[in-house]
Amino acid sequence: MAAKSAHFSETLLLQGHIIDSLTFSKVLDRIMERGGRFTIQDIHVGQRKYERSRAVLSVEASSQHQLDELLKELRNLGAEVLEKEDVKLAPAPRSGVFPDGFYATTNLETWIRRGGRWIKMAREEMDSGIRVDRKTGRAEPVRFASVKKGDLFVVGHQGVKVVPLERPRDAALFEFMTSDASTEKPKAAFIHQIAQAMRDIKKRKGKVCVVGGPAIIHTGAHQDLAWLIEHGYVNVLFAGNALATHDMEAALFNTSLGLSLKSGAVTHEGHEHHLRTINLVRKIGSIREAVRKGAIRSGIMAACVHRNIPFVLAGSIRDDGPLPEVMTDMLQAQREMRKHLMGVDLVLMLATTLHSVAVGNLLPARVRTVCVDMNPSSVTKLSDRGTWQSISLVTDIGYFLRELRTQLQRR
Amino acid sequence: MQVLMCAPSHYDIRYEINPWMKLRNRIRASEARAQWNGLYRALVSLGVHVLTIPQKKDCPDMVFTANAGVVNRKTFIPSHFRYAERRGEESAFIGFFKRRSYRIADVAASLFFEGEGDLLPYRDLLFGGFRFRSEIRAHERVSECLKKRFVALELVQPRFYHLDTCFLPLNEDSALYYPKAFDAYGRKAILRFVKNPIAVGAADAAAFACNGIRVGRTVVLNKASLALKKRLRTEGYEVLESSTSEFMKAGGSVKCLLLKL
Repeated sequence: MAAKSAHFSETLLLQGHIIDSLTFSKVLDRIMERGGRFTIQDIHVGQRKYERSRAVLSVEASSQHQLDELLKELRNLGAEVLEKEDVKLAPAPRSGVFPDGFYATTNLETWIRRGGRWIKMAREEMDSGIRVDRKTGRAEPVRFASVKKGDLFVVGHQGVKVVPLERPRDAALFEFMTSDASTEKPKAAFIHQIAQAMRDIKKRKGKVCVVGGPAIIHTGAHQDLAWLIEHGYVNVLFAGNALATHDMEAALFNTSLGLSLKSGAVTHEGHEHHLRTINLVRKIGSIREAVRKGAIRSGIMAACVHRNIPFVLAGSIRDDGPLPEVMTDMLQAQREMRKHLMGVDLVLMLATTLHSVAVGNLLPARVRTVCVDMNPSSVTKLSDRGTWQSISLVTDIGYFLRELRTQLQRR
Repeated sequence: MQVLMCAPSHYDIRYEINPWMKLRNRIRASEARAQWNGLYRALVSLGVHVLTIPQKKDCPDMVFTANAGVVNRKTFIPSHFRYAERRGEESAFIGFFKRRSYRIADVAASLFFEGEGDLLPYRDLLFGGFRFRSEIRAHERVSECLKKRFVALELVQPRFYHLDTCFLPLNEDSALYYPKAFDAYGRKAILRFVKNPIAVGAADAAAFACNGIRVGRTVVLNKASLALKKRLRTEGYEVLESSTSEFMKAGGSVKCLLLKL
């Protein structure tokens, strides 16, 4: 395991006859014995017999727990912790409005100091304010829509600590594939490693999320994605109205936006297929019912319903229909997505820009993402927006999913 | 020499706050009283002026006056006991010294400090034991108040929870001590400041040989081995044994039963 970098520190004051009693050397020894580190910031050694000495040290440990244990011991040896400043809090002036100067979160692990103690933010989410519960002291990231008048929020940077990402244990893959998008990458090799990662996650009952766009169906790769879902490699699906519509259009008519998926030819009255699909599902009442009743027998949505995989469909302004399960309230869609992203290990963002960015905004930085798109600007958009630890692959989504399935079938 | 003692009128074992204390060990009150009287007479016969304080009913450990605080000329620095069981003693001792117009310097407030049990003058220094009862920062404050240099000694054996159970200053050069009661840094510090350190063995230490008091050429203590008596004789001291077996049931002996004034 790569050495952890130390990010938890406190400043200590040690004063008195610390040299005579060997207290000073004992303190330094204890810090080292317990795996901590120190920096002597200032030291004054008493020059006369009765003059006391004084040392200011900063002590670092690899975790809050290790630091707490170390401080407990050092307090026994007479060290005083020099209080750092607590966070500043201010109430929200109105519902939906943060107080002026509110601290805007990143997607990294964040701690706040209150009452002399460090409290970890309940989860990581960027572009939020940090709400602190008056009674419990719990700190959580909150977006505009959830702000209630009078809620306490962190303002300014004082008393806020952000923990940079550690180098991951299996860094090789993600280091090798840096986030700059390129068409010059040996794709099969990458896909092989992604397949390996997915196998590992499945084995340890982890969680993989797929965010997909309709190009998956247009390129005929929906059967491959359905296979992934049916075989337990996908645990949650995020998409829009289009993916679900064309997937079911393919199941009903074997076309995608009216083009034959077999021959690629324009089919008679094909442009109506997706409308008829939507109408059928609306008539039945829901996608789940349509699958259960046997109206939709194959494809991505059918696989999700068969395997009981949750899906979140978020709408957009150009949608036809939309399908019954599509959420048109964006805040509701965000809440649903946030709920399903809890505990996720890997997110595959496949041929969709808007949904990928939306999901990226909700993710802690430590979650791995794989972004696949034909358009280089689409995959760079994510890394530009600050989503770290992402692999980007500029390639045809049809090829990617076919290759991923082949790799997963080969054991 | 002047000391403060507290006759055992309500002495008992009603709780367990050190490894010596066992609730099943009954105190024989008449025997305790006889032992206390024996010590009192021994000290008086050696020319010590003994003052006494009446024991408070709810303070069974108040007989151990060494833990009341530290006295320096007309200043009394009161203790702040680690265990709630003994905190009732604090006001009794403060009242006692107030009535005798001592200045009360409560410099160890908000810290744990157990008086002469843990802070002993040696030469122009103060030796302070910490970890089980007193806190190192309390010693620092007290020594600052008394304008003395302070040497911190970490105690590592729960049976020797106070410094006066394992360290007995004899004179400018010599002190008795039980090395295993200290950590390596503490032992080093003792060797650095005590020219002639006299280490006692485990048996003597367990018999509270270090929990004594030197009066002139006499060392008053509970019990010492022949070897230790011999050694002390070569240093020019005679041992006067004064049994404290009833008090050892609560983890204290001769030195614990008196506070130097």
